[in-house]
Amino acid sequence: MSPEKMIYMANQIATFFKSQPGTNQAEMVANHLRDFWDPRMLRKICDHVAGGGEGLDDLAVRAVRMIP
Amino acid sequence: MKDFIIPTMDPKDDRDMGTPARSGAMVTLTIDGFEVTVPEGTSVMRAAAELDIQVPKLCATDNLEAFGSCRLCVVEIEGRRGTPASCTTPVAEGMAVHTQSKKVRKIRNGVMELYISDHPLDCLTCSANGDCELQDMAGAVGLRDVRYEAPKTGGLANHFEARDTSGEANPEWLPKDDSNPYFSYDPSKCIVCNRCVRACEEVQGTFALTIEGRGFDSRVSAGGALDDFLSSDCVSCGACVQACPTATLQEKSVIEMGTPDRSVITTCAYCGVGCSFKAEMQGDELVRMVPYKHGKANRGHSCVKGRFAYGYAHHSDRILNPMIRDSVDEPWREVSWDEALTFAANRMRGLQETYGQKSIGVITSSRCTNEETYLVQKLTRSVFGNNNTDTCARVCHSPTGYGLGQTFGASAGTQDFDSVEQTDVVVVIGANPTDGHPVFASRLKKRLRAGAKLIVIDPRRIDLVKSAHIEAAHHLPLRPGTNVAVVTALAYTIVTEGLFDEEYIRTRCDWDEFQDYAEFVSNPRHSPEETAALTGIDPEALRAAARLYATGGNGAIYYGLGVTEHSQGSTTVMGIANLAMLTGNIGRPGVGVNPLRGQNNVQGSCDMGSFPHELPGYRHVKNADVREMFEAVWGTPIDPEPGLRIPNMLDAAVDGTFKGLYCQGEDILQSDPDTKHVAAGLAAMECVIVHDLFLNETANYAHVFLPGSTFLEKDGTFTNAERRINRVREVMKPLNGYADWEVTQLLANAMGADWNYTHPAQIMDEIAATTPSFAGVDYAVLEEKGSVQWPCNEAHPDGTPLMHVDGFVRGKGRLMITEYVATDERTGPRFPLLLTTGRILSQYNVGAQTRRTQNTVWHAEDQLEIHPHDAETRGVNEGDWVRLASRAGETALRAKLTDRVSPGVVYTTFHHPDTQANVITTDFSDWATNCPEYKVTAVQVSPSNGPTDWQETYNAQAERSRRILPAAE
Ligand code: SF4
Ligand code: SF4
Ligand code: SF4
Ligand code: FES
Repeated sequence: MSPEKMIYMANQIATFFKSQPGTNQAEMVANHLRDFWDPRMLRKICDHVAGGGEGLDDLAVRAVRMIP
Repeated sequence: MKDFIIPTMDPKDDRDMGTPARSGAMVTLTIDGFEVTVPEGTSVMRAAAELDIQVPKLCATDNLEAFGSCRLCVVEIEGRRGTPASCTTPVAEGMAVHTQSKKVRKIRNGVMELYISDHPLDCLTCSANGDCELQDMAGAVGLRDVRYEAPKTGGLANHFEARDTSGEANPEWLPKDDSNPYFSYDPSKCIVCNRCVRACEEVQGTFALTIEGRGFDSRVSAGGALDDFLSSDCVSCGACVQACPTATLQEKSVIEMGTPDRSVITTCAYCGVGCSFKAEMQGDELVRMVPYKHGKANRGHSCVKGRFAYGYAHHSDRILNPMIRDSVDEPWREVSWDEALTFAANRMRGLQETYGQKSIGVITSSRCTNEETYLVQKLTRSVFGNNNTDTCARVCHSPTGYGLGQTFGASAGTQDFDSVEQTDVVVVIGANPTDGHPVFASRLKKRLRAGAKLIVIDPRRIDLVKSAHIEAAHHLPLRPGTNVAVVTALAYTIVTEGLFDEEYIRTRCDWDEFQDYAEFVSNPRHSPEETAALTGIDPEALRAAARLYATGGNGAIYYGLGVTEHSQGSTTVMGIANLAMLTGNIGRPGVGVNPLRGQNNVQGSCDMGSFPHELPGYRHVKNADVREMFEAVWGTPIDPEPGLRIPNMLDAAVDGTFKGLYCQGEDILQSDPDTKHVAAGLAAMECVIVHDLFLNETANYAHVFLPGSTFLEKDGTFTNAERRINRVREVMKPLNGYADWEVTQLLANAMGADWNYTHPAQIMDEIAATTPSFAGVDYAVLEEKGSVQWPCNEAHPDGTPLMHVDGFVRGKGRLMITEYVATDERTGPRFPLLLTTGRILSQYNVGAQTRRTQNTVWHAEDQLEIHPHDAETRGVNEGDWVRLASRAGETALRAKLTDRVSPGVVYTTFHHPDTQANVITTDFSDWATNCPEYKVTAVQVSPSNGPTDWQETYNAQAERSRRILPAAE
C-alpha cells in the first residue's frame, strides 16, 4: 500500500473518533486499528510513526503509539 | 368427519384456494352439510376449499381479490334468493351453502358452453394441455356439447379462426404476440377473465395491462394501441402468465418442451429478496421456474430474473473442465481435476514456504451457499493458517455490519418483509427497489397504494418517486456524497422540534448518551437551512419529511448501496439507526431499519465469517474463547490477528507480500473499484485460482480455473436480507461434476486437510454447533418449517422475524454522533460532474449470468444518464458516444438524456464488462470498513467517437487470456 493511502485511511479513522464523546479517543482509534488492520499494515504504520509520522493526524499518531 | 379448522396450510399444499386468506374473528357455517370455521371476510369459495370442496371457478385465484365476472362459481345459500357467486360472497355465521344443485349445474353448464363456443378445440396440441383451467372446468361441469354455430349469414362470431371458410379474414382475430423473449400472448385463446390485468395491478403493481373494448370486443392489451408486450411498460415479472388459466399467456419453454412432471422447491440465486421457487422439471431438464406461493419472502411473486433468467446455466460459455497454465500469457490447458488440484495446492503451499504463511488468502462469494462460504473461510483459517478471507460484501454492505453492530448490537436488518404490510411511512434511502429488489418493491407498492406514505432520499428520481398509482410524499434529491449531512439534518429537525419519543429513548437507549447526542445534533450547523448549500435539498421539504417520519405512525427505513458505498458509509448507517431509535421505530411490526442486500447471500456470507476479523456469528478472532471453540471442532489453531480485506490484499499484492488467491464465485476485476489497481494487484500474484461458472474478467489473470456449479446443481442454504435461511435444492446433477462445496473440500484435502463432508447438511450441523445464532438450525428444521430467520436457537426455536423486541441485542441502543465529513472526491474545473452508479431490473451485478440470457433485450449495454442541460453545454445528443473521465481513468459509452438525474449529476450501471465503469471509480473508501466509494466520482463528459484505447487494449488482453488449448488426446 502506498504510504499516502495508508496515511489517508488512518486519518479518516481518526476524524471519525475525534467527533465521538469521551476522553479516550486515541484508544478508540488504536482499538479500531487493532481490530481491523492486518499485522503487516500495523507494522507499516508503526514504522511510519517511528519515522516522524509525517502527514498523519495528531490523534492517529497518538493512537499508533499505543500499538506495541 | 370434515368439521375442522385449518390454521396453517401444509407447505407442500399449494392448491388454489380461490380467494385470498383473511384474518379476524372466526365465523362458523356449513357447506354441503359440513361445518367449517374460518375468519370473517373469507369468501364462501375459500371456506369450501378449506373443506376440500372445489367450487368450479375461472376468474378467481387466491392471490387476487375476487372479481365475480365468470359466474361459474355460483352456489345456493339457504334463505337467500338467486345463485350468488361464491368468490365474491363473504361467509356469515350460521350460513348454509350448497355447492351443487340442479340449478347451479345448469348455470355452470351454460357458462362453460358460452366460453367454449369461442375457444379453439385444439386441446391435444395446445401448449397448456393438462395445465389448463378451462379444460379442467369443462370437465368439472360435465360439458358435453356446444350448441352455438357460426351465423348462417357468413362471417365468424369468434376470436380464434383467422379466416372463415371462404378465406375472408376474421376481423376479430388477432395474431400472437411473441415479442417477450420468455412468454407469448395468443389472443385467440383468451377468455377475458381479467386475471392477468389484475395480477399486473395487484401483485406486480405495474399496470401494464388493460382490457380494451367492451362485451364481445373486449381484449387484453399491453400498453397503448401500438404497443406489444416488449414495448409496453411490462417488466416481465410473469405474474400475468402465472395467473392466466388458459394457454393465452404461456411460457415459451413450456410451448417448446411440454408440461413438467415433477417439481422441487428452491431459492432464487439472484438478489437478496430470496424468493422461493418451484423448479418444474422433466427428468433433469428444467421446464420453468414458478414462484412458490408459500415462500415467505415473495408470497408467490417473482421478477424477470428469478422467473425466467436461468438460461445461463446451460450457456455454451460455461466452462466444465478444470484448466491450468503457468503464466497468464499462456493459453489455458484443460486437465483432470486431480492435476488441477495438485497444481493449485503445490503452488499455494510453495508460496507460503517462500513468502510466509500470510501470503495467500481467499475471497468467498455472496452468491454461493452458506455451507460453501463457511468452508472457504474455514479453508483459509484452518488450512492456510491465516485470516485472509474477505467477501464481496466488503464492497457493498460491510458498513451495514459495522454501523448496525455498533448501534444495535446485531449486524442485520430488523424486520421480515411481511412487516411492510403494517408500515405507515416508508423511507427509502439510496436504494432503487423496483430495479434492485423487484419483488420487495411490488410488496411495498401494494402497501403504498393502500395509503402508506413514501419518502425517497436519492440523487436520482427513481421509479418509485412517481409511477402508476404511486407518488412519493417527498423526494429529497441530495447531492451524491452528502448522506450524513441529510440524515443528521433529519435528526436535527426531530430533536429540535421535540418530535422524538422520549419514553422509548429512556427505556431502550442510554439517556446520558442521548444528552450528548442531542447536544451535538441540535447545533444549528446541522439544520436543514444551514446544510442546504451542501446537500442541495430544499430545507422545507427536508423538515416536512422529518416530521412525517417522526409522527406519521409506523416508520420503516429501507436502504441500499447508495448509503453504504461512500467514504462515510458506516456513519450514515449509524445515522439511520439513530433516526429509528429517536422515533421509537424499532422492535415491532411495521417499523425498523432494513438494509436491502444486493446479492442473494450477502447476509449469509457475512454471517458465515467471511470477514478477516471475525469468525462465523460476528465474533472477533481476538477472542480466545471463540477461537477455542472452533479450534476444538477443526483441530487446528486459529490465528488471533485479523487478516487482509480485499483492497488490502490488492495493495499487499502490489507490495509483494500477498501472492496467492482462491476466489470463489466473484469477479473482483469487474466489480471492484479502480480496475487498473485491481488488475495490477492480480497481475502481481503468482497463483490466482478462480472458481466460477464462466471465464470471468478476474480469470484473465488466473493460473487455475476450477469450474463451478449453478444453484440448480447443489444443496445448501441462502440467507436473504430478512435473515431468512432458505433451502437451495439440487434439481439436476452438476454439469461440471462437483458441487462447489465439494470443490473446496477437494482443494483443502489436496493441501493436506482431512475433510470428509458427504452432504451440506453436515456442514450446517457444524455451523449450528459453533455459532449460537444458528444453534437451532438444521436441514430437518428447514424441511419442516420451510425457512427460519436467525437467531434460531433454544430461546427462539421458530426463528426471529423481528429483532430488538424487548431491548437491543447489545443491551441499550446506542445513539452515535454522526459528524459530516465531505468526501475528498470533489468536483472541480477538470471534473465538474458527479457520477453515481446503480443497476437495472433485467441485469444482475456484473451481468455474468444475466448477460447470458435473453434479458439482454432490455439492456444490451450500459448507458450514461445525463441531464439535458449538461448534455447541451457539452454538445452531447441522445445516443451519442461520450467519453467519461475521472482522475482514475476513462471509458466511453452512449449517452441517454434524462431529467431523472439533476444537473451536475450523471449516472450509469456496471453490468457490462465492455463499459468498465470501474475504470472510472476511485479507491476512496469507507473510513471504517474500506467499502469503496462507488457512489461518488468526480467526472467530465465529452463527445467521443467510440471505445477508448484502454477499452480496446483491455478487450484484446481479455481475448488473448481466454484462449483454451484443445485438450490433449
Ligand atoms: S390472457 Fe389469460 S388471464 Fe388474461 S384475460 Fe385472457 S385468459 Fe384471462
Ligand atoms: S409480466 Fe408482469 S409486468 Fe408484464 S404484463 Fe405480466 S404482470 Fe404485468
Ligand atoms: S426479486 Fe430477487 S430473489 Fe426474487 S426473483 Fe427477483 S431476483 Fe430472484
Ligand atoms: S370464479 Fe367466481 S365469478 Fe368467476
